[in-house]
Amino acid sequence: MIRVVLPPHLRGLAKVSGEVELEIAGPVTQRSVVDALEARYPVLCGTIRDHVTQTRRPFLRFFACGEDLSHEQPDAPLPAAVASGAEPLLIVGAIAGG
Amino acid sequence: MSEVRVLVGTRKGAFILTSDGKRQNWQVSGPHFAGWEIYHLKGSPVDPKRIYASQSSGWFGQLLQRSDDGGKTWNTPGGEKLPKPGEFPTGTSNKFVYDTSAETGKPLTTHQWYDGTQHPWEFKRVWHLEPSLTDPDTVYAGVEDAALFRTTDGAHTWHEVSGLRGHGTGPKWQPGAGGLCLHTIILDKSNPQRIVIAISAAGSFRTDDGGKTWRPINKGLHSPYIPDPNAEIGHCVHHVAMNPSRPNVLFMQKHWDVMRSDNAGDSWHEVSGNLPTDFGFAIDVHAHEPDTVYVVPIKSDGEHFVMDGKLRVYRSRSGGNEWEPLTKGLPQRDCYVNILRDAMAVDSLDKCGIYFGTTGGQVYCSADAGDNWAPIVRDLPAVLSVEVQAIP
Repeated sequence: MIRVVLPPHLRGLAKVSGEVELEIAGPVTQRSVVDALEARYPVLCGTIRDHVTQTRRPFLRFFACGEDLSHEQPDAPLPAAVASGAEPLLIVGAIAGG
Repeated sequence: MSEVRVLVGTRKGAFILTSDGKRQNWQVSGPHFAGWEIYHLKGSPVDPKRIYASQSSGWFGQLLQRSDDGGKTWNTPGGEKLPKPGEFPTGTSNKFVYDTSAETGKPLTTHQWYDGTQHPWEFKRVWHLEPSLTDPDTVYAGVEDAALFRTTDGAHTWHEVSGLRGHGTGPKWQPGAGGLCLHTIILDKSNPQRIVIAISAAGSFRTDDGGKTWRPINKGLHSPYIPDPNAEIGHCVHHVAMNPSRPNVLFMQKHWDVMRSDNAGDSWHEVSGNLPTDFGFAIDVHAHEPDTVYVVPIKSDGEHFVMDGKLRVYRSRSGGNEWEPLTKGLPQRDCYVNILRDAMAVDSLDKCGIYFGTTGGQVYCSADAGDNWAPIVRDLPAVLSVEVQAIP
């Protein structure tokens, strides 16, 4: 079971509170996690990664286990603690005023 | 007794203000989509319970919301239901992909950037939604970077009306300070094949064949701050308005200058007349008197607030040139708000109601065509857009 923490705006959009838990068959990567998120919550399509380029939106970051994973390759394995469910993958919006 | 529903888009959510036809006592619903920028909401003229909303964010991109019950509940078409096992998620209501197909015959790839170089088209957000006059499932969307999209399935999917960008002048379009946005879409009930749109900063354009072919309609515009002041392309048109009973007459608030066309945009002449300043954003036309026009003069392009600390709507009853300030009920000291281009609307009741929202979060209503004003709400987030529905 993979655990994902969404930023508040996306929790509201997906109508979830707290962490999201996902079952992922195969390698646990940024791409497979976002694929699973979009499959469970189609409303999130296009909000984490661009519809066309499939790249992460610039004001969003991926963190886990105290590390910034944002610039890892989309198909690189996420840390074992994320794959095992011990630690969540954090999807974090950049902090900015206004 | 009619019901009046005012749809307000703000920097931090949408609000729906409702009243009976007297337009004196209002109920406020919202914020809907709290924390998101709502550039525009608009209801279908065919089915007033059908409302479309443009929801966006610098972090999470664009979303399209739709209500089928007058704004009580909302959904993102295609994103509202969990797909069945094995189904691919849809969630395509927020997917705006520029058309680069061979059918257009043009490589629709770049426009002019601020520094004069060419820059790729990049979708950013939907500025304006214009529901069809005949079909509640058909809506036009004006987007940044400037293009026109259309849905015919109730906002599940969007397709570019690519003849606009493909007609040839696209590489000369340049973003204004707010971005390269298509912000005005005018449909003509007497001629379904005709659409007028406006882009900042490119100008106005018209199709007479339902969107297949387009041409610039900027003759008579004069903009001394661009390299060729009389150029065919490059004018910063802020908004265009039309009274549906007289579709060949258009009124335009340009960056500077209030303009009028009597031939559907083929040529324009200035009608700024005695306005204290002819800079501004919003412009609208009385619902029953096609020569009665409203603007809110803004001090200058460098100082985006009303002049002298006084919030004054100006009304012309002669189709321009002669303007009178309307001040009763509006603050006349220490007021420094702006009224953005889509933040003014008129209703179809008798007497005609005029509405506008400010960057200070006030929404004002005049139930007597501008003679007297009162705030409906005073402390919303900055108002981006105002639309009104009069429901029998």
